[in-house]
Amino acid sequence: MQKPGRTLLAKIWDQHVIAKMGDDTDLLHVDRHLLHDLGGSRGLLDLKSRNLSVHNPELTFATPDHAISTARGRAGTIKIGQELLAALRVETSASGIAMFDIDEPGQGIVHVIGPELGLSLPGCLIVCGDSHTCTHGGLGALAFGIGSSELTHVLATQAIIQRRPKTMRVKFDGALPFGVTAKDLILALIGQIGAAGGTGYAVEYAGSAIRDLPVEGRLTICNLSIELGAKMGLIAPDEETYEYIRGRAYAPKGEMWERAVAAWRQLPSDPDAVFDKEVIVDVGKIIPQVTWGISPEHVIGVDGHVPDPGQIADPAKRAAIETALDYMGLKAGAPIMGTPVDWVFIGSCTNSRLSDLRAAAEVVRGRKVAPGVRAWVVPGSETVKRDAVAEGLDKIFIEAGFEWREPGCSMCLAANGETVAPGQRSVSTSNRNFIGRQGPRARTHLASPATAAAAAISGAIADVRTMER
Amino acid sequence: MPKPFTQLTAIAAPVMRSNIDTDVIIRIDRIVGNSVRGSLGKWAFGALRYLPDGSENPDFILNREPYRQAEILVTGPNFGCGSSREAAVWSLQEMGIRAVIGSGFGDIFFANCFQNGILPIVVDKGIVDGLAAEVEHTQGAGRISVDLEAQTITSPSGKQIRFEIDPRRRAGLLGGLDEVALTLQRDDEIRAFQAADRTERPWIHLAGKSA
Repeated sequence: MQKPGRTLLAKIWDQHVIAKMGDDTDLLHVDRHLLHDLGGSRGLLDLKSRNLSVHNPELTFATPDHAISTARGRAGTIKIGQELLAALRVETSASGIAMFDIDEPGQGIVHVIGPELGLSLPGCLIVCGDSHTCTHGGLGALAFGIGSSELTHVLATQAIIQRRPKTMRVKFDGALPFGVTAKDLILALIGQIGAAGGTGYAVEYAGSAIRDLPVEGRLTICNLSIELGAKMGLIAPDEETYEYIRGRAYAPKGEMWERAVAAWRQLPSDPDAVFDKEVIVDVGKIIPQVTWGISPEHVIGVDGHVPDPGQIADPAKRAAIETALDYMGLKAGAPIMGTPVDWVFIGSCTNSRLSDLRAAAEVVRGRKVAPGVRAWVVPGSETVKRDAVAEGLDKIFIEAGFEWREPGCSMCLAANGETVAPGQRSVSTSNRNFIGRQGPRARTHLASPATAAAAAISGAIADVRTMER
Repeated sequence: MPKPFTQLTAIAAPVMRSNIDTDVIIRIDRIVGNSVRGSLGKWAFGALRYLPDGSENPDFILNREPYRQAEILVTGPNFGCGSSREAAVWSLQEMGIRAVIGSGFGDIFFANCFQNGILPIVVDKGIVDGLAAEVEHTQGAGRISVDLEAQTITSPSGKQIRFEIDPRRRAGLLGGLDEVALTLQRDDEIRAFQAADRTERPWIHLAGKSA
């Protein structure tokens, strides 16, 4: 009998098995371990307290992003953020770990710099103490977030124990309609299958719309896998991927490059590979998306209405919608368009790359931020910032009334004290609209960079399709 | 090293809302710092537990007797979704929680529980809803028992429910095993893998040297 086809996940997984531990659980080799300021020094100190050392410092890389200020000159970094940064410097240096420090090329949000530096490669197993590590799957890597204990385990052993997840393939077929971006595709999927739809699965995104996406869009798609419940999301590497990686600082060079690409070409799922679950998304029906509630699954098209709990029979679902509407300060059944906003945040590991800033700038150019709206652009990395400045994007934003900030996670999770005030409403390009995520009682609407830019100009949630040129 | 978990009979609190995420379990500004452990219990479920003025929200179940003494949470679907912050588990642990029973958990939260000696149990939603109803029927007085060795839950009325658990994780909890020490015993295998992999995929191992 012929051997059944293998999935992208299976090929990468099998390549990394150090030892089988039974019950589909394996000890896997970690190729890249990324550390950030929030958990990196804590892990290194934890290791030291156990009299252990870093197993492979040359496979471990660090950068501060979570707790540093994104104000010019990093002014106003909270005291504990300064302490975390100082500790990260001391502990990475003592362990021989490369650190990309503030104001240096290479610094930025971990999930922006990994791909940008060529650290994240197809077929790589990447972990980081951050749930959005799934982002790197956009290059065909197996990447996932881990907790503090697992982080210490990886520092000490360069290995991680994992149970093989089930596999799901999501096919996005069709051409992207006008005004629709990668962010809209993945939000629509979360709306379709729910915030737990991917729990227990590694999700492979496929289909013509994914093939047509540039790499940065693929990173956005994979970034939101965890909001689907899936801690791993992947996209098969192709010529687009190799062109993106070629020549990057840590990418293989010369003859090594040829060998690596030859290996990567073997990675895509075989045509006869079988997945535990298949989902199809009709891309042609998607319009720009915006969330209305307190879970990413609370999402509708920008021309839609927020739900009316009075129309919901199931008491648990009705109560959940009432809670969400109450928190968000929205009227049952109201159109989402026209909802006034106080804040616009363009940034985060989801949407802070050069193509995201270009898409937002295209909407903003020659227009002004609406009175009463505070609007921030926080580039994902020092390199993104410099590239954006080189093509004048900073000027477009500043002339329109945006604040142009330094790279970091900033207001996505508000760990650095940069928050949306209680009761205020923000349209954000980030990944979570959870209760209190952007600050206590802050109200978050997730959307694409173009839709966020449209909200900044309009002073309200708006349909970017009527504003694009 | 986690404390072993064998069996537990305790007050259980149903927290049945869907999609309770780790930001709701513990807010980020409570956990920024290298030495936050030990101070987290009072901040668990902050957004639900306290009113904007900082006083306790009397409507929240964990602010009511006997649920204040709960060591078991009965949870709604997708509890612990969201961020990888292990402090979500630490905060529950510091408020006295030792087991969580639900129809599904966030994958990273689920893994983090085992690292800290907390038992997360997945059973069908109908069973979870039944347990919550029984607890509420007794106004919290009816205790739930969990026996990890036998893999059973006993409801307040005495109904026995079998649950499934990954055998390796079960053994880890029962013995309070230190996973780092166990893996380091296999360091020869790790080094042998790396030696072979350097030939197979040299570009992976040259990373730190090619800048």
